[in-house]
Amino acid sequence: MKKLYLLILLVFACYGLQAQQIVESFDDFAPLLKQTQTDTTYVINFWATWCPPCVKELPYFEQLQKSTAQQKIKIILVSLDFRKDLETKLKPFLNQRQFSALVVALLDSKQQQWIEKVDSTWSGALPATLVYRGALRKFKEGEFENFDELRDFVQEFLDPKNSNLRHNE
Amino acid sequence: MKTKTGIGLGFFAGVFCLLSFFPQLPVALGLKVGDTAPDFLLKSTSGKLVGLKDYKNAKGYIVVFTCNTCPYAQAYEQRIIDLHNKMAPMGWPVVAIMPNDPSVQPGDGFDRMTERAKERKYPFEYLFDEGQKVFPTYGAARTPHVFLLDKDRKVRYIGAIDDNADDESLITRRYVEEAISAIENGTEPDPNLTKAVGCMIKVKK
Repeated sequence: MKKLYLLILLVFACYGLQAQQIVESFDDFAPLLKQTQTDTTYVINFWATWCPPCVKELPYFEQLQKSTAQQKIKIILVSLDFRKDLETKLKPFLNQRQFSALVVALLDSKQQQWIEKVDSTWSGALPATLVYRGALRKFKEGEFENFDELRDFVQEFLDPKNSNLRHNE
Repeated sequence: MKTKTGIGLGFFAGVFCLLSFFPQLPVALGLKVGDTAPDFLLKSTSGKLVGLKDYKNAKGYIVVFTCNTCPYAQAYEQRIIDLHNKMAPMGWPVVAIMPNDPSVQPGDGFDRMTERAKERKYPFEYLFDEGQKVFPTYGAARTPHVFLLDKDRKVRYIGAIDDNADDESLITRRYVEEAISAIENGTEPDPNLTKAVGCMIKVKK
């Protein structure tokens, strides 16, 4: 089974497709929200193909990925598409867009139990973005109007002067 | 008297300081459970102007912020119709309010709302929050978003209709129906607040 998985990953890699993960339970996803290493900034965007403002801002995250290639940053695009749309909408969309960021399809429908765990201020509306590095956290419900707005939102996490969270290199 | 004012000023200064240090500190806007919801008078797809005071014999109101275009609202459309058909005869009508700005989301224009209400035979009033005055006072953040009010317009429950948008057959909790039963039995709804995925309400930039 592991071998098959590797093979599939390899095939994906050959065709230049981005990594995609399907996560059934929020518990399996939760560790991504509390990585403890203080040298890496995590940018986690919640979106769906059915949400036009989400789709509009996805390229800004791609641009962020490219413009911060020298820095320790992990960008994760968490799709909250309906289960029934996985094959018919999400996969074709991803194949067409070829995102370099990791895409996770989170299918846990017990939203009442996990929305609060992402951020206590989140109503559940899409899009929403969480940025964190160690204990430094910021959350935004709503879209970024342009790339600059996203970059400014993330900037303080990437600034090595900022706080004791200096890169350990 | 003077000291009291001093303490008051000090308190406000303190809050102000805190807010300026933590600009991202959430400032709670809108209604909370226990608050009294304001009434409104909005244009309905039925052609009338409708407010909560028009429901003379209501024991309460299921105010749902919803719209034509959001796929989550669409996933709940039939469930909202069913909810009204089941609860309105018991004195708990659905009052649907469309909060989006049609200049941002043309599919939610009043004509399109009227078309949809006719096509899907909405048994409830489908109101247009023209000028977007009502949804901010309620604190609606997404579609669909339910505010369950008792007959005194006191907010008793805020949140989702049930616990599974994806698959109706997997629902384990029907929050709104359960909250109404609780109120009718003289108890507090539990939970009285739930969160669910939905579409941001569309506001002109």
